[in-house]
Amino acid sequence: MSVRAPCGPGAVREVYRARNTRDPDVKQRTARFLGMTLTSPPAPTAPTDTHCPYCSLQCGMRLGGPTADAPAEVLERPDFPVNRGALCGKGRSAPALLARDVRLTGPLLRDRPGGPLRAAGWPEALDRVAAGLARVRAEHGPDAVGVFGGGGLTNEKAYLLGKFARVVLGTANIDYNGRFCMSSAAAAHRRAFGLDRGLPFPLADIPHTGCLILVGGNPAETMPPALRYFRELRENGGTLIVVDPRRTRTAELADLHLQPRPGGDLALALGLLHLVIADGLLDKDFVAARTSGFEAARESAMAHWPDRVERITGVPAHQLREAARLFGGAETGMVLTARGPEQQSKGTDTVGAWINLCLATGKAGRPYSGYGCLTGQGNGQGGREHGQKADQLPGYRSIEDPAARAHVAVVWGVSAESIPGPGRSAYELLDSLGRPDGVRALLLAGSNPAVSAPNAGHVTERLRALDLLVVADLVLSETARLADVVLPVTQWAEEDGTTTNLEGRVILRRRAFDPPEGVRSELWVLRELAARLGVASGFPVEAEEAFDELRRASAGGDADYAGISYRRIAAEDGVFWPCPAEDHPGTRRLFLDRFATPDGRARFAPVTHRPAGEEPDEAYPLYLTTGRVLAQYQSGAQTRRVAELNAAAPGPFVELHPRLAERLGVADGEQVAVTSRRGRAVAAARITDSIRADTVFMPFHWPGAGRANSLTNPALDPVSRMPEFKVCAVRVEGAAYAVGARTEGAAYAVGAPAEGAAQAVGARTDREEVAG
Amino acid sequence: MTREPRIAVVGGGMAGARFAERYGALGGHGSVTVYGAEPRAPYNRVLLADVLTGRYDAESIALPLGGAEPRPGCEVLAFDPEARTLGLADGTVEPWDELVLATGSNPVLPPVRGLRRPDGQGLAEGVHTLRTLEDCGRLAEEAVGAKRAVVIGGGVLGVSAARALAALGVRTEIVHQGPHLVERQLDHEAAAVLRERLLALGVECYPGNRARAVHGGMGGPPAGGWGRVGAVELANGYRLDCDLVVLACGTRPRTALAYGAGLPVGTGVLVDDGLATPAPHVSAIGDCAEHRGIVHGLAGPAWEQADVLARRLSGADPDARYTGSRPRARLSTGDLEYAAFGAVDETLDPGLDVLRITDATRGSYKKLVLRGDRLVGAILLGDLATVDALAGAWESDGPLGGHPLHLITRGVLR
Repeated sequence: MSVRAPCGPGAVREVYRARNTRDPDVKQRTARFLGMTLTSPPAPTAPTDTHCPYCSLQCGMRLGGPTADAPAEVLERPDFPVNRGALCGKGRSAPALLARDVRLTGPLLRDRPGGPLRAAGWPEALDRVAAGLARVRAEHGPDAVGVFGGGGLTNEKAYLLGKFARVVLGTANIDYNGRFCMSSAAAAHRRAFGLDRGLPFPLADIPHTGCLILVGGNPAETMPPALRYFRELRENGGTLIVVDPRRTRTAELADLHLQPRPGGDLALALGLLHLVIADGLLDKDFVAARTSGFEAARESAMAHWPDRVERITGVPAHQLREAARLFGGAETGMVLTARGPEQQSKGTDTVGAWINLCLATGKAGRPYSGYGCLTGQGNGQGGREHGQKADQLPGYRSIEDPAARAHVAVVWGVSAESIPGPGRSAYELLDSLGRPDGVRALLLAGSNPAVSAPNAGHVTERLRALDLLVVADLVLSETARLADVVLPVTQWAEEDGTTTNLEGRVILRRRAFDPPEGVRSELWVLRELAARLGVASGFPVEAEEAFDELRRASAGGDADYAGISYRRIAAEDGVFWPCPAEDHPGTRRLFLDRFATPDGRARFAPVTHRPAGEEPDEAYPLYLTTGRVLAQYQSGAQTRRVAELNAAAPGPFVELHPRLAERLGVADGEQVAVTSRRGRAVAAARITDSIRADTVFMPFHWPGAGRANSLTNPALDPVSRMPEFKVCAVRVEGAAYAVGARTEGAAYAVGAPAEGAAQAVGARTDREEVAG
Repeated sequence: MTREPRIAVVGGGMAGARFAERYGALGGHGSVTVYGAEPRAPYNRVLLADVLTGRYDAESIALPLGGAEPRPGCEVLAFDPEARTLGLADGTVEPWDELVLATGSNPVLPPVRGLRRPDGQGLAEGVHTLRTLEDCGRLAEEAVGAKRAVVIGGGVLGVSAARALAALGVRTEIVHQGPHLVERQLDHEAAAVLRERLLALGVECYPGNRARAVHGGMGGPPAGGWGRVGAVELANGYRLDCDLVVLACGTRPRTALAYGAGLPVGTGVLVDDGLATPAPHVSAIGDCAEHRGIVHGLAGPAWEQADVLARRLSGADPDARYTGSRPRARLSTGDLEYAAFGAVDETLDPGLDVLRITDATRGSYKKLVLRGDRLVGAILLGDLATVDALAGAWESDGPLGGHPLHLITRGVLR
């Protein structure tokens, strides 16, 4: 059943309710109240079972339609276990992006630097790209050509993008926005367990654990359909502890909310380990039998006694004691981290400290216990396994491992020596753009760093400095607007492919509709470019064919997909890797017998607290932390084009505590300027006592004057190369100082152009120049 | 070719250990050696009272050193800032390129008759300090058979030690010369609440009383064949029978080494904002250091100084500066808990205002001392729900703005 929505922001929640309810009476009543038209679902002509295009839950959905008022209709797929039919507003409204007027429908070219983008045909666009890449490679060497991928790309795309970089371009410089997402958790996972899979257990295990600590994650807004698992945990008598500088909607569900300063998560975990040891909650048998390195971890914990941790984190010692007692005293327990602790310049160590807590209490490698990461992007898991990461080859292999190189070289039909070594990490790659020793031509797919990268003003300058920027996207994102060539590509409902959700469950995305004429898949684009650059084979256009090659390439690696097939995925509601053979059932729960380290023992990390890359001082006295809102996704390139999502979340804002607001003389809704050493952002004040008084919060989904990433600090984690999105020092000034920098909230919605492509492009280019 | 610099850290307490660990973690290229007079590698002294209660094993409170080499049982007797050498107690001489003095502090022995053995060799039997793990071990051993203990000194260490002894089943009394317990951190009312709480644990307190003498068992000052301690005699003539005495009369920076090398010494070893002494390549941190006229004697500032010096010497931030700490005094052992900040006695200055909440039923006492819109001092005792907000206000040291009631009561927004 679909609902035609009235305009106006207030109605949106009601619209969601009307859509989400299964009670037809409620639905009709709500609809009448809102003056909406309810249409009965047309008998679906062979609806397609597929998955949501957005976050790492990869909720199952069924696509029917088109209907009278939408290009497609989202139907429930209640038999898919991860979300059991539930979807959030983002998933439900995803078909809006199938409409021709919000998306790209043909390639665009810029004839001269600074000139406008114009419509072009595919042959011309591809020739231009191939010639540009070849020229830069000839003049400056292969490493001057770069590739930047995304965690939203399917496994097949990620795999072939990596292969394209190494085999066709011969460059070491390929990385992707997943570096900004879960790379710290990945590094800590591998260090501790020898293997990195977001969750070592299915989500359905969560309701059965005794105590769960969720660190720096807000699934109530970022993955609402997962929230039921946390609710069920509490209904079953389990305890939920949430660690977050903000009292988020998720934190409000918790039995205990610890509210540390941004950057305090590492010390907090050390303090809890200290108390676990002091209060006799250590699982000595587990530590002796299944771990190594405890002594060093204990020493670190002993340097972090409760009073000290209180001072570092702001969490009162009595709350630390309660948390340690709840977690240490539970039979089973889980720790889940998300971007909060991970997007720090000490993210890897922070996650390591939380893993230490699990290991010391025997809460890993056992049923209903363990550490996991709530991965962010749709294919954040699979995207990091198959070769678009600077240091990796398919199957989660190290690019520096001679055996791994030899294996992949055979699959690719090249010599192992021809495969380049490790390249620059994401921020370092972006920072190098247009520099003499850096990347001068960049092929970018599925990412929008002009909005999503840290220090985004600087990154935008670097993107402008390129000799050639090629962007493959489904919409004209802020980054695409900077491009010399824009290639329109298919989206979720128009393509086959696999993604791997946060559980390590490989799932199947199915083509439900034909893309518009003029739109091509990335796989087709890569084959065409490879052919133009002299590699005539090895780039299949059919996703299943690409997947079969990926299976061979991953065989024997950590993320072994060899036994997974499209047929099996469809029949089994997804297959969990590692799955080395067709008769292997897949691995729902990891580490029950042994950890994936050489000696089978999990490794404690010897980590101690250290300050953030930038701490508040007199000139910049407040912490800034960044995050998400319910109705927007990542850089907003997609969700800002959906009217009802924009109505629910029209633009950026700055959350600040009433006492801070009072001190600054700022009223709710007034424009405030937030300034860091890197830039300035202006947005409306949102006053709430749910945030610490020493911290302000901005969501990062918007470009322009309210771009949160104009402020963020690219201080990198030494291991994962993760930038410090979650902590930097800022000052906030009230309206009086922010005059002249006012921006209308409505400007953040990406209006649907009424006219054809060429005109629309002209209009957007103008706006881009105004905004820039 | 440049040789890797040799960093000698003298003293294996919190400051020295934290420095050593941070120096390596920050990418310092030098080799770090931590010289400690005690027979053990560095451990966390803050936890000693709870080692006494058995909450921690002595082995389990070791501190991380990163890649530094510990040299326990290696007392440094002298150093030569010109030749850049250390003289060890065993007669050997060790060269260094950078010297970090983290010698800490010694317990102050009060002027009480009978504290020492007649032969001058250490404290009389049954008389203890609580500064090292060895002290702690001896005290724990004797506490097993002890019936009554007297703690001389009612500061934070005395209170912690008394509570620990009480937890071990030893009837304990505190003799305190000051007007009330922990007078450097608490006001009279807070101390009274603390005293009530100690009493509930079986600890009796006698503030405003000075210990005059320690007597051997069976009465009378011991002579010749010295026996165990038997009583503490107060200045007012009262005798407190006991078989254990713990001295907790504060600490004094250990500066003899620096003084002997000709470095300027005030209360502590004088350092600048770089934590450097005037002698090239010699720095001092922690309890032994005096920065801008202040010797903190607390673990928090010691840690912060160690971090700054590690940043400076490792090369991570050659210009790192320490500009002072705004420390909190914190007691949290079992049920006894308080946090205290700054100057808490408003009677010393007519310009000070006070905001106070006393909750006798729940045994809590909370107080702000204000000068206009600025926070001068504060106490939270028994209810630390607002410790984060209060510490934030204390550390930021700015105008409070609005009504500061939220700093002592939760649930009050403004």
